[in-house]
Amino acid sequence: MPKRIVSCTINGTPTEFLCEPRWTLLEALRDGLDMTGTKEGCSNGNCGACTVLLNGESVVSCLVLAVECEGAELRTIEGVAEGSHLDEVQNAFLECAALQCGVCTPGFIVQAESLLDEIPEPTEDEIRFHLAGNLCRCTGYDKIVRAVQAAAEKRQTADA
Amino acid sequence: MATADLRSTEKPAYKVIGTRPVRHDGVDKVTGRAQYGADVRLTGMLHAAMLRSPYAHATVKNIDTSKAEAVPGVRAVVTSADLPDHGDRMVELGEGAVNMRHLATNVLAGDKVLYKGHAVAAVAADDVHTAREAVKLIEVEYELLEPVLDVRQAMEPTAPVLNDDVRTQSVGGADPGDDAKPTNVAKHILFEKGNAAEAFETAHLVVEREFHTATVHQGYIEPHNATAVWNADGKVTVYTSTQGSFTVRQQTAELLRIPVSDVKVVPMEIGGGFGGKISVYLQPVAVLLSRKSGRPVKLVMDRADVFEATGPTPGSYIRVKLGVSEEGKLVAGDAYLAYEAGAYPGSPVGPGCMCIFSCYDFPTARVEGFDVCVNKPRTNAYRAPGSTNACFAVDTVMDELAAKLGIDPAEFRLMNAAEEGTRRVDGPVYNRIGMVETVEAIKQSEHYNSPLEGPNRGRGIATGFWFNAGLNSSVSATVNLDGTVSLVEGSTDIGGTRTSIAMQFAETLGITAEAVKPAVVDTDSVGYTDVTGGSRVTFATGIAAVEAAKDVMAQLVERAALVWGCSADDVTYSDGAAHGPNGENLHFDEIAERLNTTGGPVIGSGTCSGVNQSGAFGTHCVDVEVDPDTGKVQILRYTVAQDAGTAIHPDYVEGQMQGGAVQGIGWALNEEYWYDGEGSMRNATFLDYRIPTCYDVPMIETIIVEVPDPNHPYGVRGVGEVPICPPPAAIANAVHQAVGVRMQQLPMSPPRVLAEILKK
Repeated sequence: MPKRIVSCTINGTPTEFLCEPRWTLLEALRDGLDMTGTKEGCSNGNCGACTVLLNGESVVSCLVLAVECEGAELRTIEGVAEGSHLDEVQNAFLECAALQCGVCTPGFIVQAESLLDEIPEPTEDEIRFHLAGNLCRCTGYDKIVRAVQAAAEKRQTADA
Repeated sequence: MATADLRSTEKPAYKVIGTRPVRHDGVDKVTGRAQYGADVRLTGMLHAAMLRSPYAHATVKNIDTSKAEAVPGVRAVVTSADLPDHGDRMVELGEGAVNMRHLATNVLAGDKVLYKGHAVAAVAADDVHTAREAVKLIEVEYELLEPVLDVRQAMEPTAPVLNDDVRTQSVGGADPGDDAKPTNVAKHILFEKGNAAEAFETAHLVVEREFHTATVHQGYIEPHNATAVWNADGKVTVYTSTQGSFTVRQQTAELLRIPVSDVKVVPMEIGGGFGGKISVYLQPVAVLLSRKSGRPVKLVMDRADVFEATGPTPGSYIRVKLGVSEEGKLVAGDAYLAYEAGAYPGSPVGPGCMCIFSCYDFPTARVEGFDVCVNKPRTNAYRAPGSTNACFAVDTVMDELAAKLGIDPAEFRLMNAAEEGTRRVDGPVYNRIGMVETVEAIKQSEHYNSPLEGPNRGRGIATGFWFNAGLNSSVSATVNLDGTVSLVEGSTDIGGTRTSIAMQFAETLGITAEAVKPAVVDTDSVGYTDVTGGSRVTFATGIAAVEAAKDVMAQLVERAALVWGCSADDVTYSDGAAHGPNGENLHFDEIAERLNTTGGPVIGSGTCSGVNQSGAFGTHCVDVEVDPDTGKVQILRYTVAQDAGTAIHPDYVEGQMQGGAVQGIGWALNEEYWYDGEGSMRNATFLDYRIPTCYDVPMIETIIVEVPDPNHPYGVRGVGEVPICPPPAAIANAVHQAVGVRMQQLPMSPPRVLAEILKK
């Protein structure tokens, strides 16, 4: 199948990549661009492991076609840390032990980024509602919710 | 939300154990750098896809792969014809003997397909889309057979029989079966303690109930995967996510009939397993495709494959009858358990039979169990395999007895609790266990003593047991000149065990957890290590790490003696330093710095073998609210009390307790395989097979109880499995208190709960 060129910005870097029209954004990231931090759990939009930010909105990249991303601004797990400096959400996941196997973690972190961008001081209910599209089978979610609470608090203190 | 900590104050003051360092692999996992099985990229790698049976039960008359082979970009096609014939060979694969024909035909079906999703053929091509399209061109001629999906129907003499090589195997006191005719009943178990039938005659109160539980899946988020290279020298490398790299090596070698040492398994990071990533599925197929194509081949399941062809834990039918005295002491128990094995024998009905009465002291009991083949995927281990089904049944009846006797349910459990010296129905006598302590912890908890107000609300408790395994582990440790240690282990890390192992090593050697750099390595690079399963890694690989640290310590003492010119016998080692006869001290860092001038590198090693755990217990307490109009059960509050022996890293102990409880909540309330009459699973997605989301559950409160296991140097008990056992019973008991109905079927989904409410 002939490939198309897609031009977009990924984690702040202008990027061009080749893809078949049938490729999902998830395939383009993982197989085309070797950005394997975004994980595949179900490929039908049910688990949230492949969550990325597309023009600032969180999407499951398995339900977006790569060719739809022409001109888009993408942010993936690889772009959450500033260089080697982890951000508050990543640090909170480490300090709160909010991961076990870790395969859902990139999706949760990206989803939490989108939540905190939208609601800087979320309640527990808002956190749970916003993260409900991301499945974790290991933790029972307790420590993930606490990590997002801790990250929100840290961010508020830093901004104050 | 209080999280109590009832950890013992009488234990030694540890410096590392009981602290909460950031896990060593943490940064890789929060930045997306960690390499899981599906992230493997090799030069020249092909991508493969699998053809799976659309039917639950059929004879395979013919497979024609010619059209698929003709597709441009297709490099290899394999079927069961590419696997060696195994006859009736039984092979010891580390955790029991395995029938190789059954293992082989599960990997690639032979002359029969036994469940929808059964692997039939595989294609490797330049890209995955080509492989998937070519798979559709494989022509298979099936002759349909009647499927049997229900465990009790499959036991009927007239039921369609799945495997013509299966005869009933008798275990314990069961009568040997008829050897002549093939059957679906692969195993018949009977355990007896005293004369239960006579004891029931003397009982003041007898309650007997029947239970049904649905087939459920482990539900790990990462699908199965394998990437294999068959090299020109006949050496095979397999990159895969697995709970046990050594068992994958052995299964692959045995299936392909090649020397085990010709296979190297590289364990990638693993995205959850819960027992379901021990058996091989894709690994041997990827190896065959690589041999045929001469290229590396990667094979990854999609989510439907994962549901339809891997995992599940059995659906079951259980009957429990308990008798008590007027004072509330158990006098007799009787249980009948029939578990679905799926396509091939091997359900965990054995552990189910051993666990069903394991929390209590039964003077007399009788337990009968059956392992039954049905046209569903072959079942696999799932977190305390077999125990959750059994716990649901027995602890629901325990609750009913307590209510009828007018005794507080926690008190009733304490009156009948198993303790050190209690003999289980299947024979073993308990070592030091913490059953009583976990019930006491709940009984004294703020949760249990808080008022629960409002209509349709109820509180329930339940207890659970799991054996925990010991098995074999290996660790080696290299002291680095900068005062750190590189620790090499064979236990794949699913939930933070790199750190719990490193912490035990650090404690023993008197250094910090951060000074230890743990690595999980391939099967050529570390001694044999059994699976990450049976809640065994922090226990057994922990013991191996303690032994490795002692080995290092002995060598460091010799180096210090050399520096001081004294005998090693006059040197002691404590608090991370060697101490000489004249008051000299050399800290670990100082000895490490001088290694190359005192005799060269120091490498320590340690193993663990044949050390058994003393058993794990947990007691859970849950508050629910039931919507009387819809039957929906909402979890309001949940507390887990569990005996961790000694909590090495309390965060990850709590994490196991919380994660296990939420899996149990899913099992209790939502999860089930829906089959149509033809044996086709109709909900093979995460949308329709609904595991709990974070919006379904509250914070999970934890109470870590510490009754040290005498068989471990620091008292560790495995914590991974037992927390999944109590939730279904605890929730059923809470539902009863809320709306007055006894739920005897899992899941307690809204329609089922509503139906029971309407029957009242």
